[in-house]
Amino acid sequence: MATSDGPNGKAQPFSEQTLWMLAIRDRRDKSAFGKLFDHFAPRLKGFVIRSGAPAGQAEDIVQDVMMSVWRKAHMFDPERAQVSSWIYQIARNRQIDILRKEGRPMPEALKAEENDTEPDAGQVLALEQETDVLREALNRLNPDQREMIEKAYLGELSHSDIADATGLPLGTIKSRIRLGLDRLRHELKDLR
Amino acid sequence: MSEQISHHIPDALIAAYAAGSLSKAYSLVVATHVSMCDTCRATLLAHEAAGGAVLDSFAEEPLSGSLRAKVMDRLDDPIEVETVENTRDGIYPGPLAAALRAKKPKWKKLGGGVSQCIIDMDREGSARLLHIPAGKPVPEHSHGGLELTLVLQGGFSDETGHFDIGDVEVADGELEHIPTADPGEDCICLAATDAPLRFSGLVPRILQPFFAI
Repeated sequence: MATSDGPNGKAQPFSEQTLWMLAIRDRRDKSAFGKLFDHFAPRLKGFVIRSGAPAGQAEDIVQDVMMSVWRKAHMFDPERAQVSSWIYQIARNRQIDILRKEGRPMPEALKAEENDTEPDAGQVLALEQETDVLREALNRLNPDQREMIEKAYLGELSHSDIADATGLPLGTIKSRIRLGLDRLRHELKDLR
Repeated sequence: MSEQISHHIPDALIAAYAAGSLSKAYSLVVATHVSMCDTCRATLLAHEAAGGAVLDSFAEEPLSGSLRAKVMDRLDDPIEVETVENTRDGIYPGPLAAALRAKKPKWKKLGGGVSQCIIDMDREGSARLLHIPAGKPVPEHSHGGLELTLVLQGGFSDETGHFDIGDVEVADGELEHIPTADPGEDCICLAATDAPLRFSGLVPRILQPFFAI
């Protein structure tokens, strides 16, 4: 199991979600997928209903998203995105496909090095910790603020309204992700 | 990846892109810039992390009894490989190459040596490529809404500063500007607006209906 030394010298394992997703990615582990499904599918259903999907269609979308998670597992990279952010992105893409009848333009994929399947444990753990901080910050918001953040990430606000709405502390997680990107660029350069 | 990018996409636009609430034209500029800029890619991933935190703490909605079994049953289905072509073609990063559908742009003359190629136009706005000969200005223009201009080749300057490859100029409706291409190399930009461009000079304005800008 992938671990890293924590601040008190004790080995700290990755979060359950990350371990499930790595088992799916590296071993096509169906029981891990079952656990991931049990955690995310009910939340996804709540999420897609709130973003305006008719109740009858919501479970179809949940099914599509979870199937994409299974099929695109090889693209999961815990050094740059947590499981929840990765699934969020897949869910938004699916809903935009349905809403606009065509996909949104997507950035070029990062070409991960194929001979390195072992993630950098320190980077993954640091990103997990930053994501926990973000989740806690979200839970501390008052109901009105929380409503605004939900609206923003459900795609209900225009960019000019978002300017005043966010206010989650994203600075640290941004720098952490940036470190992971720099590391990847470095490795890609060395591979050439 | 260019290290010299100094004009980035505003945070709110990246958040709106992550959430899927941005128009197609702006989304194309964001996706193209992110393909060139790791700073903005990190910002995008950070907003997706925030979206993920929202999703992860969302109230659970009970599933119908058969859904889990239905999905588990499909895991052995053959996987059709989706081939979405999204790789760089010359000066055009992946999303832009995809929007051009792997063809060379068809340039239409705008006057003054400037050409454009409309990539996308709908009621939410338009995205176009602009080709400005080295050292030449683009006709003075203002625009009703927000205009994003991303440099793909060469560079340009206007009243607000200098823009190199990968830089994005964000111009609001107030700005009347005369972007002038750097000497040396022709400048090619991707420009997106949420409203039609208005040129201030008499002739270009008369010609606007013909150029659909």
